[in-house]
Amino acid sequence: MSEGTSSVAQAPGTWNLPYRGKVGMACLIIAESAIFTIFVVAYLFYAGKSLAGPTPREVLDPPIFYTICLLSSSLTIHFASRFLERGGRGAFLSFWFLTIFLGGLFLFGTGREWHRLIYEHGLTISTNLFGTTYYSLVGLHAFHVTVGLIMLSIVFLFGLAGRVGSEQSARVEVLSMYWHFVDAVWVVVFTVVYILGR
Amino acid sequence: MSSDAMAIRVAEAAGRPWAEVLHDWITTVDHKRLGILYILFAMLFLVIGGIEAIVIRVQLMHPHNDFVSPQVFNRMFTMHGTTMIFFVIMPFMFGFANYLVPLMIGARDMAFPRLNAFSFWLTAFGGMLLYFSFLGGSGLYGAGNAPDVGWWAYAPLTSRAFSPGHSADYWTIAVLVSGFGSIGTATNIIATILSMRCPGMTLGRMPLMGWMTLVMSGLVLISISPLSAAQIMLLVDRYLGGHFFDTQAGGSAALWMHFFWIFGHPEVYILVIPAFAFASEIIPVFSRKPIFGYPVMVAATVCIGFISMSVWAHHMFTIGMDSAANTFFVLTTMAIAVPTGIKIFNWLGTMWGGKIQFKTPMLFCVAFLFQFLIAGLTGVMLGAAPFNWQLSGSYFVVAHFHYVIVGAILFCIFGAVYYWFPKMTGRMLNEGLGKLHFWLFVIGFHLTFDPMHIPGLLGMPRRIYTYEPGRGWDTWNVIISIGAFIQGIATLLFVVNLVLSYFKGPRAGNDPWDAWTLEWAVSSPPPAYNFARIPTVASRRPLWDRKHPEDPDSRYE
Repeated sequence: MSEGTSSVAQAPGTWNLPYRGKVGMACLIIAESAIFTIFVVAYLFYAGKSLAGPTPREVLDPPIFYTICLLSSSLTIHFASRFLERGGRGAFLSFWFLTIFLGGLFLFGTGREWHRLIYEHGLTISTNLFGTTYYSLVGLHAFHVTVGLIMLSIVFLFGLAGRVGSEQSARVEVLSMYWHFVDAVWVVVFTVVYILGR
Repeated sequence: MSSDAMAIRVAEAAGRPWAEVLHDWITTVDHKRLGILYILFAMLFLVIGGIEAIVIRVQLMHPHNDFVSPQVFNRMFTMHGTTMIFFVIMPFMFGFANYLVPLMIGARDMAFPRLNAFSFWLTAFGGMLLYFSFLGGSGLYGAGNAPDVGWWAYAPLTSRAFSPGHSADYWTIAVLVSGFGSIGTATNIIATILSMRCPGMTLGRMPLMGWMTLVMSGLVLISISPLSAAQIMLLVDRYLGGHFFDTQAGGSAALWMHFFWIFGHPEVYILVIPAFAFASEIIPVFSRKPIFGYPVMVAATVCIGFISMSVWAHHMFTIGMDSAANTFFVLTTMAIAVPTGIKIFNWLGTMWGGKIQFKTPMLFCVAFLFQFLIAGLTGVMLGAAPFNWQLSGSYFVVAHFHYVIVGAILFCIFGAVYYWFPKMTGRMLNEGLGKLHFWLFVIGFHLTFDPMHIPGLLGMPRRIYTYEPGRGWDTWNVIISIGAFIQGIATLLFVVNLVLSYFKGPRAGNDPWDAWTLEWAVSSPPPAYNFARIPTVASRRPLWDRKHPEDPDSRYE
């Protein structure tokens, strides 16, 4: 491969193509958006069509605090990758950890909400259409948060071992694209489930 | 010196134990080997799906035939459809894209070689899982076998009540898994095309195959994903007691139809756009002219990509949508005929005035032009809602979409195999056997699918396992079945040709067709690293420029 890069370098400066990691992640985001779109459409299509209770109005409270946590984690990961670009490893690691913490807090919030719905209101995925669509849409998002957290943690562990430097910043940027996407999806899910769907 | 090194490596390879060679192929991340694996996988499943088609045709040859039971018949048409779409045509297209796109754009490999291998094996295991259902489908319940819900798997057929056992789950998971493989490969192709082109290979100079593969991959991203989502919902219904498609709990069977066809119609274009790509590479070379109207071809392809996202409900006219929806889907369906028509005229324009050489690849592409036109015309007929109300679910529809999938897509695939086999193996396919394969297949195809329109018009429904005599369908069904057997024989000839030519075919050399795209600049088969030096490109026909330095294309672009 090194031979290839050297012969490309013979055409100086004029040939710039986008970074393949970013393109790949953009493709993944497009595909994931299509998946989420279908789940959102199903949620809206079935809103108010459950034959039995409980209804969203009776049992759902907007998780404002946890939403703020998740959305601010987009800011912290942005700062983290900026710091990494400039070589500030300590600042990168602390902001990266803050991102993981905020994401974890959000997942904890989802878990608490599900616990309350299941044990206090008896709402499970098989109770009614609301349960089916709610758990699958919110669960699909929570699954993506979990995957994101696992990947963030791997980077964090490598960072602790001193293996993540500014030369990795383009790759870290790709992961942060994914995390921004997960946050953006939550804005849609929140609007659909806790505002429109009630 | 490098050719000596190559010769030594080949000699080494010949003497190596087969287990090592097998290990090399299984663990490979080389785009060319993965491309070949995709194509071999597709050929294997083409034969399996073909056998299922033959079983269907034997059963339908006479009224009241009892060659197979109704249950087996249902399994056969379900497996035939699922296999041909997901495990034959798509792997063929991904295989050719994998093999050719990096070579055509002057890259050493795909953007993500390991993702490439992962995606292939997802597809491969998806296919194996689907066929494992013959053994494992009955599960603990002792009911069911292979899936028998049709390739659309309409609700509520897939609910626990109507599909006990695991047969429907095998279908769901096989399609879901191979769908993830498709999304991976599509991502890879897009990243390769956008990020790995050699210097000078601007998007405007890319071979049309590159453009069409790019559009096809974009369609994969936005249309396979909805299918994956719907499959996840179906799994939630079947395993977690969800109610997405459970009408007794307020769920909607029509929602599954929408989700399925939101995937299902763009899927047709995912399959046919690479076929267009093959035709767009083969027709110019054998007409000895550059492609006519390159920018318009690109624009028409992108246009088809967009419009194909908005036509899905023309598969659903008979479920009773309101007139606004019907009108919308009729109009979009008619509209998609316009860019498609533009393409046909461009291919004709390419041939017009050219010195046409009727080699086997070209023969298949010329047949494609005629057959695709007829397929498009019956498509326009079926796109009109009132006509569709009359004929939806009849053999007319079966004839129409087989005209597309066999008459257009499979013909282009055969053409592509004849065209690129020399590059992949270093040997030419036998031209005589190739022509015999072509003519037999053309005869078989027309004997099957031309008459098939008629029992459809006479009211013969699809998916029936037998029928009453004396409805005017009998003779037609005999003719259709005979045609199917001829296609089967032709396909066997093709396989024989592949095997014989692989061992005995004449050496191809780098550029047997005197073609103009970069894959013909390297040896046949290409070395693992593709290009010893990454090429630099100045026009749409880099090899023309190299062969005719006195009159290069770059002067006119």
